[in-house]
Order: sequence, then C-alpha cells, then structure tokens
Amino acid sequence: MSGVKQISMRQSFGEKLLEMADRYPELVVLDADVSSSTQTIHFGKKYPERFFNVGVAEANMVDIAGGLATCGLRPVASAFAIFLALKSTDQVRNNICYNNLPVILVGGYAGLSDSFDGASHQSITDIAIMRAMPNMNVIVPSDGPEFGRLLEEALRIDGPVYFRICRNESPVISDKFPVVEFGKIQVLSEGNDITIAACGITVPMALEAAAKLKIKGYSSEVLNISSIKPLDSETLIKSASKTKLIITIEEHSVIGGLGSVVSECLMQNCPVKMKIIGLNDVFAESGPYNDLLSKYGISADNIVNSAIELLK
Amino acid sequence: MIDFESKTVKKANPRNIFQEKDILVKATKIQHFAQQCRINTFEMIYNRGNGHWGGSASVTEILTTLYYHIMNIDPANPKWEDRDRLILSKGHAAPILYALLADRGYFSVEELTTFRQLNSRLQGHPCMDKTPGVDMSTGALGHGLSIGLGMALGAKVLKKKYWTFIIVGDGCLNEGQSWEAIMSVAKFRPERMVIMVDYNKVQLDGPSSEIMPLDPLPEKFKAFNLNVSDRIFDGHSVSEIMESWDWMQKNQDSPSVVIYKTHKGKGVSFMEDQSKWHGAPIDNNSYALGRVELLSQLEKLHV
Repeated sequence: MSGVKQISMRQSFGEKLLEMADRYPELVVLDADVSSSTQTIHFGKKYPERFFNVGVAEANMVDIAGGLATCGLRPVASAFAIFLALKSTDQVRNNICYNNLPVILVGGYAGLSDSFDGASHQSITDIAIMRAMPNMNVIVPSDGPEFGRLLEEALRIDGPVYFRICRNESPVISDKFPVVEFGKIQVLSEGNDITIAACGITVPMALEAAAKLKIKGYSSEVLNISSIKPLDSETLIKSASKTKLIITIEEHSVIGGLGSVVSECLMQNCPVKMKIIGLNDVFAESGPYNDLLSKYGISADNIVNSAIELLK
Repeated sequence: MIDFESKTVKKANPRNIFQEKDILVKATKIQHFAQQCRINTFEMIYNRGNGHWGGSASVTEILTTLYYHIMNIDPANPKWEDRDRLILSKGHAAPILYALLADRGYFSVEELTTFRQLNSRLQGHPCMDKTPGVDMSTGALGHGLSIGLGMALGAKVLKKKYWTFIIVGDGCLNEGQSWEAIMSVAKFRPERMVIMVDYNKVQLDGPSSEIMPLDPLPEKFKAFNLNVSDRIFDGHSVSEIMESWDWMQKNQDSPSVVIYKTHKGKGVSFMEDQSKWHGAPIDNNSYALGRVELLSQLEKLHV
C-alpha cells in the first residue's frame, strides 16, 4: 500500500467531532484522561461546556454518558479500547445496553496498534465482548474518512454503538469505493474463486492479497465487514455461495471476533471451507506495529498463503 | 390468627396529602401513608416468596417523602423532560419503589401482584424500559452516583432546573465505582444533585462493620470535597426527612450529601438490623407475626 495516502483514524475522530459540533448541539464528549491521545481534546478545548474529562475512570465515564443520554443528549465516550471493553463492561451492559441508550463508545488504540506499550494495552477481545451484548452495534471502520462518515450516521441511531479504531496512520482506501452504508457489507472487488472478509486495518491487506492472488490466476471477492453487528448476512451468504471458500482476517483474537461472526452466519446458512486469521488465542508483545502484525500472522502474505492452501 | 387470604391492606388514599398546608399535619399523613406502603411491600414480598424486605423497609420513609413532598413529577407524563430524577441505586429495594409508583398513579395498584412474575412490567430490580416512572434501571450496585452525575450534568448543559436524587446504601458504597463517581461529582459540581445515604449499616452477609466498614462516612465524603449535612437525619421520621429537604434547598448551588440513620427491616422487631432479612423469603410464621406488628404501628399513627 505504498504511495497511498495515510491518515490515522484518531485524527479523523478529532476532526469529525469538531466538524459536527455546531450541527449537533446535543453532542457531548467524554474522555478518560487520554484525550490528547484519542484527539477528543480539540473538541474539549473549543466546547468546554460539552466536554467531560473524568480522569482514569472508564466505568464512571460510561455511566455518566448513560445519564447524559437519558436527558436527550448524544454522548460520545472515548478511551482506549482495552479499558473501555474491560473496565467498563458492567456499565456498558447494565446501563448502556440494557436501557438501549444512544451512547457512542469509541475504543481507540485497538487491536495491536498500541504496539510498543505491549500486551497490557493491546485490545484483542473487545469485539467479542461488545458484540455479545444485546442492543449493541459494533463497527470496525476500515480507515479514517469511513470512520468519520459512520460516526455521523451513528448519531442518528437510537441505541448504543461501539467503534473500534486504530492508533496509527493507515492507508485511506474508502475514497476509491462507493460510500459504505451503516450495517452493510461493502463488496470491494468481485471474484469467483475465494472470498476474503476483513475489517478495520486488515481491509487494505485483503485488497493487497487479492492483487497478489490475481497474479497467480485466482479471482478473489473482497468484503469490508465494517459492520460486525448488525451483520449484513445477505451479502455474506451471497458471496460464500458463489466462491465456496472464505478467509477472514482480523486484528483480534480468533475467538469471538470477525471470524466467529462469519462462521456463525455461514454454518447456519451456507457452510463452506473457511480459514480464520487473527491472534491464535495468545497475547502479543511490544514491538513496531507492522512487524508485530506480521509476526502474529496478520498480513497480506498470510492471506495469500492461506488462500492457496484452501484453493488446493 | 391472621387470615392470609382476606386481610389485605386497603389501598391508601394519599391524594389529600398534596393539598395539606400545615406542614406538621402533612408529615403525619405521609408517615401514616409510608407505613401503609411498608405493609403493602411486606405483603408483596411474602406473596411472591422472594424479594428484598430488609432494604425496602429501610428506605420506606425516605422514598415516600420524596414522592409525596419533595419531587416535582407528573405521573401522567413519566418522561416529562423537566421532571426531577430519582435513581434508586440500591435497586433491590424495588418493591417499595413499585408500591409508591402505583400509589402515585404510574400504574394500577392491582399490578403490584405481578411483581417478579413472567411477563410482568415489575422486574426483580427496577427496569426503566418496562416500568413507567422508573428513571433508571438499577440492580448491579455502584452505578447510581455516576449515572446521577450524568443526569445532573445534563441539566447543566441543557440549562434545566430539575433535581437529581440518588439513593445509595451500604452495599453501593462498597463498590469502587461509587468513589470514582464521588471524585467526579466534586470536580464537576452540578447544582441540585443530592446523594442520599440510606445508612442502615447492614449488608447481605452481615453488619457493615464486619463486612466492609464505611465509617467515618461523613468525614469520607467531606474529604472528597463534597458538601455534607452535619446533621444525620432519622430516616424513619418523615418530619426529619422534610427538614433534610429544607437543608438541600438551602444548599442547592452545589452537590450535597445527606446521611439518614435507618434500620434494615424496619417495622418488624425480629427482622430489624438482621442481615438474614436482606433478601430471605418471608415464611408463614414470620409473616403472621410481622404483620401484626406492622398493623399495630399503623394504628398508632393517628391521622
């Protein structure tokens, strides 16, 4: 993906909040002492009366957001994904989801993207946790601009939404495709031999792998499943029915994430041979982001090798 | 002998409480009515065979005074955006909350018999999406103060004047989240937010002094930089609870804390201050004896 414009999702987050602030007076933002990292600080500086930095207290933050939502406000609560999903699980479940409150949770630094900080900061179970909660919507945008568009759409949804976003710069690909709809799978390239389903920063990897497989004579269908929940099962089943082979790739544990979502759907509707790529039930470690992803098998090359195995 | 089938307490008629101008007479009427609600709650829990009697009895007068003297609400419009908010953070006291909501007209008193039954709107713990008049679902302890802070901050952002009352018990204050919330209440300092402590000093497993000591409680709140009433009010005396409301109104410019001394299981001598009656089913014998005590107290409360 060299030569492609790079932008971080958190930069898009900070800019989008500012851009929406005047159009959505009911928008309020909360952060847990990481606003200069997550970029909510810019909103906070310009709209201090609508910004609440609660300190390092994610559980407290999520419940405060719930209270604000009951008054007709639209809270966006931001923190590192790992702490949002783990330290405030009870609050997300018993307050936000149980009461179906329109709170938007933005988990930053997700997956392995807080790479040098190590496994203590790497969020590899947040999709599994969040999607298990009734009423919750779970979105893993593929790049910054797509995140910005979906964030605005989420403000119109009458219920909780969890966004999982990456810390680092990542390739901007969404400008080359039609705008992704909330809750829909985006077919990025059509193919007949194999389906490659990705979400988040693995979407560019899937496109790269498809290009490499094309050279080897295979045609791949690439799906951007940014909407983990609700799942656009119709598009998924249609693709799997056609190719009969599917690979999923995610920056998350292979337990409970995208691979699980896809297999739950296909096993009941259209069982096909499948390979799930992700963290194989292990904690990762400190290191440069791209090297770390490669070491743990989250790469275009691993998709290509896995595809060739399946295609044999 | 008590006839369990026929001796139901007749529905109270508290409507005249609101017209009462004489504050002492009003206090007497609310006190009498609170005892009727306590008896209704005792019946409800006995009939269902489960539910939390101890904490319901403990908070009876506090809740009754909120609903009949303090709060600005409209039962015909439960979602009225300017209404005062109440969070019963000790959600296990749901039975007494339901008894009061029914008497305030949010739903029929007959519906109380469905408590904890399949398809009922009256869940084991309060659920805002099912029960009209419930401002927040509670049950998992420790959430109320954070959520209440959100509601109070909502008033600030939206420039509204409503009050937010949060009732916590010993168990709630065991939760670490409560103290995260208290720190942030002291930071953001919304107006008209009151933390009301139903301080019965007994929790599920035993006396709080053994399970998780909270004392010195007022000093702890003060050390967290909150405005705490120096007077500890009797949480079973309606006139004292009314006086606590006077104090709250004088202190409405910043969040405040009011501590009420209460007794778990209040009204049934052998159940009072006993952790066993946190959530134990009320057996036939205890019901018969308890009911006699509760009714005799009611008779002494002349209106």
